[in-house]
Amino acid sequence: MKIHEYQAKKIFSKYNIPTPTEILCYTPQEVKQATLKFNENVIIKAQVQVGGRGKAGGVKLAKNPDEAEQFGTQILGMNIKGLTVEKVLVSEAIDIKSEYYVGITNDRNSKSIVFMVSSAGGIDIEEVAKTTPEKIYKLYVNPFDGGLFDFQARNLAFKIFDDIKIVRQVAKIIQNLYRCYIENDASLAEINPLVLDKKGNVLALDAKINFDDNALYRHPDIEKMREILPDEEKEMEAKSKGLSYIRLNGNIGCMVNGAGLAMATMDLVKLYGGEPANFLDIGGSSNPQKVIDAMNILLSDKNVKAVMINIFGGITRCDDVAKGLVEALNTLKVDIPIVIRLTGTNEEAAHNILKESKLILATSMAEAAQTAINLTKN
Amino acid sequence: MSILIDEKTKVIVQGITGRDGSFHAKQMKQYGTNVVAGISPGKGGQEIDGIPVYNSMQQAVKETSANTSIIFVPAKFATDAIYESADSGIKLIVTISEGIPIIDMIKITEYLERKNIHIIGPNSPGLISPGKSKVGILPAQIFKKGKIGLISRSGTLTYEIVDHITKSGLGESTCIGIGGDPIIGMNFIDCLKLFEKDQETEAVALIGEIGGNAEELTADFVKQNITKPVVGFIVGKTAPPGKRMGHAGAIISGGSGTASEKIAALEEAGISVANQPSEVATLLKSKL
Repeated sequence: MKIHEYQAKKIFSKYNIPTPTEILCYTPQEVKQATLKFNENVIIKAQVQVGGRGKAGGVKLAKNPDEAEQFGTQILGMNIKGLTVEKVLVSEAIDIKSEYYVGITNDRNSKSIVFMVSSAGGIDIEEVAKTTPEKIYKLYVNPFDGGLFDFQARNLAFKIFDDIKIVRQVAKIIQNLYRCYIENDASLAEINPLVLDKKGNVLALDAKINFDDNALYRHPDIEKMREILPDEEKEMEAKSKGLSYIRLNGNIGCMVNGAGLAMATMDLVKLYGGEPANFLDIGGSSNPQKVIDAMNILLSDKNVKAVMINIFGGITRCDDVAKGLVEALNTLKVDIPIVIRLTGTNEEAAHNILKESKLILATSMAEAAQTAINLTKN
Repeated sequence: MSILIDEKTKVIVQGITGRDGSFHAKQMKQYGTNVVAGISPGKGGQEIDGIPVYNSMQQAVKETSANTSIIFVPAKFATDAIYESADSGIKLIVTISEGIPIIDMIKITEYLERKNIHIIGPNSPGLISPGKSKVGILPAQIFKKGKIGLISRSGTLTYEIVDHITKSGLGESTCIGIGGDPIIGMNFIDCLKLFEKDQETEAVALIGEIGGNAEELTADFVKQNITKPVVGFIVGKTAPPGKRMGHAGAIISGGSGTASEKIAALEEAGISVANQPSEVATLLKSKL
C-alpha cells in the first residue's frame, strides 16, 4: 500500500525525523493563507501517489502569496500520469547546500533488509542504480539480530558525510528511519532528497513509505490512510470479494483459478494475437457466488468482447465446478460468447453438464484462447 | 531416489482441525504419505481420520519422531507455528499459509538457516515425490513417478504443466512449489543443487514469473553448476508494471523483474524457454 508524501511526513515526525514546516492545502485560497504564515518563499508540491511530479510541473517555488495562489490554481486539478491533484503541500523553502539519498527496502535474494545511501540525491535513484551503481552504498541487516547497531548507522552516514556533527545527525535519522520501517511493516521507506541546508541542519525534504499488504492487519491506523485511486476501485471491489483483479486494455476477459495460471492465460492470449482485458484470479474454491462476482467484474469492462474461463480442477471436482458455473451464468444476463476450458477430476461429467449450456467448450488452453480470439473478430 | 521427501518422511500437520488442514491431511494420508500427527492447541487427545492430535509440536515430535511438518494455520498465526516447528526438532517445514508479513519471513529464514532447517514457502502448494509421499495440496492424480524434477513459484500453473509432462510419458521425480511470496525459504538454486545430485532426476523444469531476479541468478547458477538439462517457462509477459499479479512476489517494480529480462537470462545460460505451458513437456522430451 502507498501513501502520500504528507502522510509519510506525519509518520516521520513521530519518529523524530526532521522535515520542513509544511501545511496541507485543498484550495488556492488555502495556499495563499498558508504562504502568509511563512512570510518567505514557499514550495508548492502536488500530492499524488506517483513519481515524476516535478517534471510534470507539480512542484513550484512561489515568492509571494499572490504567486502562491496562482500556482495553487495551476497545480490543484492538474492531471499527473492519469491522477488528478486534489491536495498540495505548502512548505517553507529550504536553503539547500547539498542533496542525498537514504532508503530502506526488503531484499529478496539476501532475505534481509537493505539500506541504501548515496550522495547522488534528489534524482531518480533507480536510474543511478542502473547507470552508476558504485554511487550507492548498501548495508544488509537482519532484524532478527536486534536491529541496526549505532556503529552501522554511523558508518553509513560516513559514506556520504565527513563532518562528525553532520554524521551524528544523519546516523540518528537512519536509526529512526529503521525503527519507522520495522515498527510499521514498511516495504519501502525513502528520503529523496535528504538535504543539508546552509545552516548545517539535515532534514527530509521528501518522504515516501510503502507498506507490506500482508502486515496491514496489525496496523489499522495505516490501513485508514488508504486512498483508493480511480483505477484501483475495481481492484478493491474484487479484493473485498476474495478475487484478485487487474484491468488491462484488451478485449478478451480472462477468468482463471490461480495467479500463475492466470498470467499464463493472458500471455497465451497475447501469443495467439489477442489482447487480454484483465488479470483475474478467482482462487481455489468453486463457490458459485465467486463466479458470479467475477463475471460481474469482467462484464463491467465494456471493452470485453469475449470471455475465456480457464480452470484447472486440481483437487476440487470438475463436475462441481461446472454445476457452479452453469448456476452462476444462469443468474446473469450475458450477451457475449464465453469459452471455457475445464480440466481435472471428473472432467467428462463436467463436460456433459456444460454441453447443455451456452458455454463454448475447449479441451486445451491453446484451443480456448484461439476460439476466444476468433470470436472477437466476428 | 527423489529429493526432500520420500516414503520414509514422517509428517505432522499443523492446524489439522481447520477446514483446509483436515481436508488435506486426509488427502495426503490417502496418497500414502506417512502422516503421523496433527497439532491443534487445546484439542490434544482427539483423532482426525485416525491421525492423533497433539497440543504442541514438542510433544508430537517426541511421540512420533516426525521429521517434517506442514502448516495450514491462518497467516496471523503462521509465524508462531513456524517457530514452534523449528524448536521441536523438525528438519523440513512446508508452509501452505498465504499472507505472512514480509518482515516476519526475513526473521524466520535467518533463524531457520542457523538451525539448519529447510523451509518451503510460504504461499506454497507444497511438494510431491510421486509414488512415495505428498506434503502439500497438489492434486495427486496428475502426477506419475518419473525422471523430471520441477521447481515452480506457482500452484495451478504447475499442475497444468505437470499434466502435460505426465501425459507425455516422462513423469516426475519430485515437484516443488517454492511459493509466490517475495521472501521464501528454499529457492530455485537450493532445489537445483538437490536435483543435480538426485539419481532419479534426469532433467529439471523451472517455472518462474515476474518480480525479483531469482530467475536471473538461477540462470547464472545453472550455467556454472548444473550438468543436467534444464527447461524454463516464465509467465507475466503481459503484466503491467507496478501491479501485484495475485502473488505478493509477482510485481514488476522500478522497471526490473520483467518476463523478457528473465527469458533472456535463461536463454543466455543455454536453458530452453517454452512459449506456452504445453511446450515445457515437449522441450523436456527433446532434451532426453
